[in-house]
Amino acid sequence: MAKAAVRAGLVAVGLAWVLAAQVVLAADAKTYVVEGSKAASLESCVEPTDLMRRRHMELIKHQRDETVHGGIRSSKHSLAGCVDCHIRRVTDQTPAPIHQKSEFCGACHAFTAVNLNCFDCHAAVPKGPGADLAAQAAHQAVGNRPSVQVGPEGEGH
Amino acid sequence: MKEKHAPTDPQRRGFLDAAAAGVTAAVVAPGVILHSVTAAPRSEAVTSDVRWGLLIDTSKCADGCSACVDACDKENGLDLQTPPPGAAEARWDAQKAVWIRKVKVQDNQTGRVTNLPLMCQHCEHPPCVDVCPTGASFKRADGIVMVDRHICIGCRYCMMACPYKARSFVHEVMENQLTRVPRGKGCVESCNLCVHRRDHGEESTACVDACTAAGHEAIVFGDLKDPRSAIRTRLAEMSSRQIREDLALNTGVRYSGI
Ligand code: HEC
Ligand code: HEC
Ligand code: HEC
Repeated sequence: MAKAAVRAGLVAVGLAWVLAAQVVLAADAKTYVVEGSKAASLESCVEPTDLMRRRHMELIKHQRDETVHGGIRSSKHSLAGCVDCHIRRVTDQTPAPIHQKSEFCGACHAFTAVNLNCFDCHAAVPKGPGADLAAQAAHQAVGNRPSVQVGPEGEGH
Repeated sequence: MKEKHAPTDPQRRGFLDAAAAGVTAAVVAPGVILHSVTAAPRSEAVTSDVRWGLLIDTSKCADGCSACVDACDKENGLDLQTPPPGAAEARWDAQKAVWIRKVKVQDNQTGRVTNLPLMCQHCEHPPCVDVCPTGASFKRADGIVMVDRHICIGCRYCMMACPYKARSFVHEVMENQLTRVPRGKGCVESCNLCVHRRDHGEESTACVDACTAAGHEAIVFGDLKDPRSAIRTRLAEMSSRQIREDLALNTGVRYSGI
């Protein structure tokens, strides 16, 4: 009898511990959004977060064809937009390329063992005149009026 | 640690869109001509209502001037290419990607020398598109011939098919690309009439701007289908030719004085 009571108690303690651990996990749920990025100060991505996590590759690839073949540049799913909003910005420093393991796209792709070649060609940091122009639509989509950020090389248009 | 938030209420977003549309309509309604500094980026697919082209007056193209080539290099990030270590300069010059070449032609019988910039001629019937095995080489509805580098496998058939030697292959790994002009090793590319400018509603190309700034005004850019465009007016005034017109490609780039 006493033994059974002790066992029940132990199970209860164990359960409580597991539950507590779950709560802690939820509280500091991992986010890949990096400190110092525009995204860090915003509430939502260009689509609901769960959709972005699962389907961002489809959105970007659809956008790719629309832009290259149709010339459509007003979309919130542009790759230039992802880079602009998610890049870690450090004052007076060239940002680290977004596909590096420590950065936004790179960190999650390293964890999920995804290998991309997009940044062999695409700028992995916003660069050159017109870079902010490419990201404008995405910012507008989340209701964010982009402050025109002029980087070391972004001498406007 | 960042907090989680519920995604934006879609209805609220709908309202914002509607509000924005209202503002635009209100501004346009009184007949005010909107010429904002940065025109709105294109939101509907290009159509064949326009056909972009260039007219080059070779009598105004100056010997030794490379303003158009330099401007093109800068606009399209071609100046960011770096030679492989130990490459001889002459070899690198022949290998790196270029979109415009300055060509000098001499009539051996008369000795007359003509200078002209030669770039993709944006043919109506482009041979590069005919030979492409993957469909990467294509003509956009508005007449711009270009390469979809997501589909290009780097076989270079198009380079061999082009009668104008207008295409380049990127031989070296690229770094520091411009956001607006992605570029990487293993694909073919050529002049795309500053496609990013077209899609943002700008009026000219980098080469045209540079040629005008240099005081030559040898290049005119415009819509070949608009009878009132500057390029059509000039074409109607002066005699012009297509290079290799015997091939019947109906080029979008025309030359006068050759
Ligand atoms: C205007 C800014 C902005 C743009 C543009 C943007 N994002 Fe986001 N993104 C955010 C914000 C803010 C969050 C965090 C949302 C949250 O906390 O729920 C986020 C979250 C994400 C997440 C989930 C991250 C995680 O930790 O699970 C992914 C994946 C993502 N974005 C991918 C993209 C891609 C791909 C693009 C380009 C198509 C893009 N984003 C464009 C602002 C942006
Ligand atoms: C060989 C070079 C190359 C590679 C590799 C490449 N791209 Fe591109 N991409 C381009 C070029 C060139 C353009 C046309 C840019 C323009 O005209 O604005 C482009 C345009 C785009 C666009 C539209 C512009 C924008 O910023 O939204 C998207 C989206 C895009 N690419 C997505 C991708 C994705 C996703 C990958 C990886 C799976 C990828 N690209 C790999 C060269 C490349
Ligand atoms: C929360 C994790 C996460 C983040 C953050 C993330 N990705 Fe992904 N991404 C994935 C996963 C997982 C896949 C593979 C999905 C599959 O294969 O079905 C993937 C696949 C892709 C693909 C398709 C690859 C292919 O070869 O088909 C592209 C393109 C891509 N991501 C772009 C981006 C870009 C650009 C960013 C940064 C703006 C980004 N992703 C950020 C998780 C992420």
